[in-house]
Amino acid sequence: MAILTEDECKALLKKALSYSKADECEVSINGSNSANIRYARNSVSTSGSLSSTSMGISSAFGKKLGIVTLNEYTDEAISAAVKRSEELAQLAPENPEYMPMLGPQTYGPAAATFVPATAAITPAQRTTMVEQSLNIAKQNKLTAAGFLQNSAGFSAMMNSKGLFAYNTSTDINFSVTLRTADSQGSGYSTKGYNDVAKMDTTAFTKIAAQKASGAANARAIEPGKYTVILEPAAGIVLLEQLYGSLDARSADEGRSFLSKPGGKTRLGEKLVDERVNIYSDPSYPDLPTANWSGDGQPLKKMSWIEKGVVKNFNYSRFWAQKKGVQPIPYPSNFIMEGGTQTLDELIKGTEKGILITRLWYIRPVDPQTLLYTGLTRDGTFYIENGQIKFPIKNLRFNESPVIMLNNLDALGRTERTVSGESSQNAMIPPMRIREFTFSSLSDAV
Amino acid sequence: MKRKDFLYLTGMGISASMLSNFTAVGSPRVPGTVLRDVDVALKKRMADVALNAARSKGATYTDARIGRYLNQFVVTRDKNIENVVDTESYGMGIRVIANGCWGFAATDKLDNDSIARAAETAVAIAKENSRIQSEPVQLAPQKGYGEVSWKTPIEKNAFEVPMKEKTDLLLSVNDAAFKNGANYVNSILFFVNEQKYFASTDGSYIDQDIHRVWPVFGVTKIDDKSGKFETRSSLSAPRGMGYEYLMPRESDKIHGVTTLYRDRYDMHEDAAAAALQAAQKLKAKSVVPGKYDLVLDPSHLWLTIHESVGHPSELDRVLGYEANFAGTSFLTLDKWESKKFNFGSKNVNIVADKLQPGSLGAVGYDDEGVATKQWDIIKDGVLVNYQAIRDQAHIIGLKESQGCCYSQSWQDVQFQRMPNISLQPGKTPLSVAQMIKNVENGIYIIGDSSFSIDQQRYNFQFSGQLYYEIKNGKITGMLNDVAYQANTQEFWNSCAAVCDKSDYRLGGSFFDGKGQPMQSSAVSHGSSTALFKGVNVINTARKI
Repeated sequence: MAILTEDECKALLKKALSYSKADECEVSINGSNSANIRYARNSVSTSGSLSSTSMGISSAFGKKLGIVTLNEYTDEAISAAVKRSEELAQLAPENPEYMPMLGPQTYGPAAATFVPATAAITPAQRTTMVEQSLNIAKQNKLTAAGFLQNSAGFSAMMNSKGLFAYNTSTDINFSVTLRTADSQGSGYSTKGYNDVAKMDTTAFTKIAAQKASGAANARAIEPGKYTVILEPAAGIVLLEQLYGSLDARSADEGRSFLSKPGGKTRLGEKLVDERVNIYSDPSYPDLPTANWSGDGQPLKKMSWIEKGVVKNFNYSRFWAQKKGVQPIPYPSNFIMEGGTQTLDELIKGTEKGILITRLWYIRPVDPQTLLYTGLTRDGTFYIENGQIKFPIKNLRFNESPVIMLNNLDALGRTERTVSGESSQNAMIPPMRIREFTFSSLSDAV
Repeated sequence: MKRKDFLYLTGMGISASMLSNFTAVGSPRVPGTVLRDVDVALKKRMADVALNAARSKGATYTDARIGRYLNQFVVTRDKNIENVVDTESYGMGIRVIANGCWGFAATDKLDNDSIARAAETAVAIAKENSRIQSEPVQLAPQKGYGEVSWKTPIEKNAFEVPMKEKTDLLLSVNDAAFKNGANYVNSILFFVNEQKYFASTDGSYIDQDIHRVWPVFGVTKIDDKSGKFETRSSLSAPRGMGYEYLMPRESDKIHGVTTLYRDRYDMHEDAAAAALQAAQKLKAKSVVPGKYDLVLDPSHLWLTIHESVGHPSELDRVLGYEANFAGTSFLTLDKWESKKFNFGSKNVNIVADKLQPGSLGAVGYDDEGVATKQWDIIKDGVLVNYQAIRDQAHIIGLKESQGCCYSQSWQDVQFQRMPNISLQPGKTPLSVAQMIKNVENGIYIIGDSSFSIDQQRYNFQFSGQLYYEIKNGKITGMLNDVAYQANTQEFWNSCAAVCDKSDYRLGGSFFDGKGQPMQSSAVSHGSSTALFKGVNVINTARKI
């Protein structure tokens, strides 16, 4: 399937709107081509490709809304779908929280979300990238399991009030776990980009190989509170629980870690260490995204935590209207500012501590304190006097990202990483944290 | 239905345009309409186009899955119906073996040219990847069944129930919670109908119609003065049933410290109890950490079974295919080969079952055309078997697959997924009340909540919905801030008793994640209430 151009999308969406008789009508279309290779035991296991498109039509009469979609774009098919959405709207119950559709919006400059070379990846190219990764595993007598996926897609929307938005994007994501032949050591590496040119599967697999070889014969240490260095792939899975929870409505309603007694919230209060700055920016060069949200609102640079203070909450259009404030859409990316030190420099500056490659199976324990549990995985090492001394067995933690960021000791340089839990990309620095709470030991390698 | 899409679709305050942007996975259709089935003869013709096209390009094996996946959500927030969403996803996935290597491609365009092109793409991918394939795929033999069909034995098709009946039910459920002191209530009805057609070059043409249902709610109670809040989620289980699951029967209720449910669920009654219990949780005493005897209700234990028995006995994990994502397993082949690996106490008998009526995993045939069955995983505490599919069967000396292959949609490749994995009831008559009478210092845990386990399934931590302190054989009050941690093998060896079959119930998950790209599957886990001695309990209270 071809990626539809802006003009092709406009023509198709205008045609759909021309059939509308509703008070308001909104039409969207999106599609993608994606493909992947999964490998394990030093060989390909599964691999596939998928191509699909879809059009969605929303028709509203007052606060009554009907929605249908289709993936056939003849005049007859589109016309019938518009009519069906109108019939449905007339049958639907009124939604008191329905918000009228937006009029024309002004979006900031489009970021470089689409890279032609990524869209043009061939099966042979994909296989070669995996082959390069497998070569590193075999050279080091390690066993590889990994995943490489690339996609190219487009998305557009238009409504009867004059709103139009369009975007194209590409992505390539890679992750690999290498294990020693005796299954006593395991190492991990993951990266994601818009541009295939940045995806060096050889280099990233070498990092995982180094960790795997160094992780064998791990020693057990007593659970307790330790200084830890969270590499970006480890830090992201806890930070995304924090920055993904900055929701105004749940805080106002008293059912959030950001709520205070009597209907008050922590908005404007210092929540974490003053070196913590978290923002979103669709035009951030290393993490470009669409400049509009799913409901057509413009996305722009937005500060969420500034110098440790909760600067903004995410406000849905309904909740913003109810509270008499401007809506703030959920962003398309997150960037946490870092420091100037490399990971090696952070390690050198650590008297005693634990280096953590990856955290796994993150689950909420208590929403009141944002307490989460999970485990270290695929490369956990003890640091003494600025040097990695020996690998250690994995540990279970019970920790809140709020407590963790109050125990911030040092920040490294921000880099793009991928969450092993949500698969989302974000810019995260390595972090050195004091008194990180481990509650038990794991025998898992 | 993918878990993230479910969470997205059922998110509170979802806007119309956000729904429109969801369409890459499932497309909303007109609520209340009953879709006509796709003609089975047409599906056979389309499947044959794929099989023939792949064969002509050099495939030595091909299967084609035509999937039509219907989902319906009714979502409420407090006193409002937030969303009524019907989604439909329809297309074909084609899997081939060429040059001894798997290839896969999917298309939502079901004309002959598009189907043939997808088949050719699958073959091309297989051939390209064969250069990094270490050894050819070895498929267990599978006879062709010809043209056969299977349907979930439902009494009432949820998609045919008028929408008003569903919205009225949920609004009355929320009202019951409010009348009993809740501050906020979210409730959802979620219905699934998978219309799946499978054809392969083995000579099978299998038409299946699968139904699932999941009613769920969350109740929140807030203490304004302290700013504390507590929640209690529904104690329902998702089931492989029709709308009849939501039509309560007294004979399916188990009355105790709270009412529990067998094969029919009283959502209204449970919501009223939940509101009262959320308020009780605000006043419950915080647990003193230490060793306790745990009495685990099936509404809780299903998840412990799922994580600590179901996943580690998946053969693909044992072999290393999930090493990069879900992890491997401590149940390595040497432990199975020894025929004496002590997984648990003699009370622990775990059965895999793809036939169990009312379960989420029940189907007639799996997604590579294998008729389903039942077998032992743990027998009298000893590991005796795994869960395998066609290309793994030879590794553990099986002559045929165990029928554990599944894909969440037509557009994802099928792979090994968990069958229903259940703890068998005790053979000696034993009620929950009798079990509690014999506990000196324990906690009775009902309902599931937080769950986490390491990548080889040794170390886990679980929480529940309700915790009742047991002192000298009696329930003395409610506890809070409870989580228990254990090593899987030690935990199952501490299993001192299992109640008899009169207490047996199913729990389950709609969204068990595994694989890359990650896929969800639905699976049930049954048990009777069970007693575990001397388990480590931690206190999860913190201050920020």
